[in-house]
Amino acid sequence: MRPYTENEIMALCAGRLVQNGDILFAGTGLSMLAATVAKRIHAPEAVVFFETGGIDPSLDELPLAVGDSRVMTGASLNTGLAEALSFLGHPRLRVIAFLGAAQIDRYGNLNSTQLGSYENPIERFPGSGGACDAASLASGVIVFMKNEVKRFVRKLDYFTSPGWISGGDSRAKAGFRRGGPVAVVTDLGVMKFDETTREMYLSEYYSSTTPEAVAAATGFDLDISRARPAAEPTERELAVLRTQVDPQRLILGPPPQDVL
Amino acid sequence: MADTFMSTAEAVQRYIRDGDQIALGGFTVSRNPMSITREIIRQKKKDLYLVVHSQGQALELLIGAGCVRRIELAYGGVARFAPTGYRFKKAFKEKTIEVEDYTNYQMTLRFLAGAMGLPFIATTAGLGTDITRISGFPKESRGKGKVPAHKLKIIKDPFDDSDVVALQPLHPDVTILHTQYAGEDGTIRIEGLSFADIEQARAARHVLISCEKVLPTEEIRRDPSKNCLPPFLVDAIIPTPLGAHPTACYRFYDYDPVHLNLFKKAAQDDGLFRRYLDEWVYPFETQGEYLEKVGREDLLRIQADPVRGYAPGLDRR
Repeated sequence: MRPYTENEIMALCAGRLVQNGDILFAGTGLSMLAATVAKRIHAPEAVVFFETGGIDPSLDELPLAVGDSRVMTGASLNTGLAEALSFLGHPRLRVIAFLGAAQIDRYGNLNSTQLGSYENPIERFPGSGGACDAASLASGVIVFMKNEVKRFVRKLDYFTSPGWISGGDSRAKAGFRRGGPVAVVTDLGVMKFDETTREMYLSEYYSSTTPEAVAAATGFDLDISRARPAAEPTERELAVLRTQVDPQRLILGPPPQDVL
Repeated sequence: MADTFMSTAEAVQRYIRDGDQIALGGFTVSRNPMSITREIIRQKKKDLYLVVHSQGQALELLIGAGCVRRIELAYGGVARFAPTGYRFKKAFKEKTIEVEDYTNYQMTLRFLAGAMGLPFIATTAGLGTDITRISGFPKESRGKGKVPAHKLKIIKDPFDDSDVVALQPLHPDVTILHTQYAGEDGTIRIEGLSFADIEQARAARHVLISCEKVLPTEEIRRDPSKNCLPPFLVDAIIPTPLGAHPTACYRFYDYDPVHLNLFKKAAQDDGLFRRYLDEWVYPFETQGEYLEKVGREDLLRIQADPVRGYAPGLDRR
């Protein structure tokens, strides 16, 4: 039995990608945990802000939405969408955005709008919100995804948020001044993007799986030649996550013994 | 007392017409103008054209009650209680409403451009995506009334020749907000995040505001830097305690998980949703009657800690 859950290792692996001093554009769910755990362990000067306008709130209780009053309490500043979204592309800031989506392609482009054709939709999601803005303007994006063939697709049903577009230097050519996806953290491992082709490859896999199994759960050819085992969560990481970040397990969900 | 103080029924009667373009304030689970929304449904307004960034509960209720013809939006959901709004999803899939997708920044910039009187506004957000490639409004709706002939245009930046997304300003017929305070003189104050409420109000032809509390003029003017709208931009002020229920109002009350879960169940079924409207919307002429139905126990549970701004330890499952 693994002494940690999928949500726990995902939050920790994403948190490890945060650098001290980063300005973090957070959503709710796992991104809240990743940002908070990073702040408490190795990036105390990282700052969390929300597209709604909450800048560096105390987060004594986890917000369930970016519009939750819990993103307003103890903040440095309570402002609005215009100001908060303008911070995304601010040249003096290294802004890392956490995003989720329904579909992702090999270049890290995202769909959070719909499935099926635009004329004949078969499923509808909430839409971009600020995701496309963050993917367009931030210094980097970390994506959370469930590693499933139906989510890692050759072609998005709807292209909501720009990643590396069609690879190579296509992102810069499209008119973006910086940014692009840094990593995709899944329930099986961590994907990164080749420096030249900008194609996704498997960088790390969890002890619960193998590189071949990750490739099989991905709907396009995945380069697994560079894959190595992800570092196991340390006792300190797990303790901080469980006792300080989400003691009520609102986002973490059931503890390990109930999962297995 | 400013002459803009009136009842919800009078405000909706006087300022909202069928087919109007309406901006809804708030954000997903916070400060949705719910009491005004319920009155719009009671007065059976139809063919409304909603313009929002990320809207949740008010959007769901208006779509579900059949008041909406088209929407421009960035996000339609009520957080964990409905990651995608159920009534929005159904109407989109069955094409009973026309939907145009934008991003939060794009919608905010459009309100801002409207508020500032700019001819258009440009950003790089959305370049190369389907948001800038695909238009959801049908051709036959384009260029008529408030519906713009073009969703947006990709133009060359006149200074460095790169591609940018040019967006049209919004000038809603009516903007509807719920705020914490209004002064007796009609000055408006928002606490906590303002979302895009102020831009939405400044861009609109008419502004309807429900508020938790009315402050004496001398009190609201003691600290003008906290105020956000002058009386001359506001057409109707409706003092309405808990006017955002079941969404949250910072420092007054939290969102109501009991009610939002009840709504979640109702929103997934046509019959149950009609019963929800019969039970929670149609019967109540006043906010007092509605609050009696919600019940003291529920309202006490969501009461906010005035310092923290929410209800600490609230069971939010």
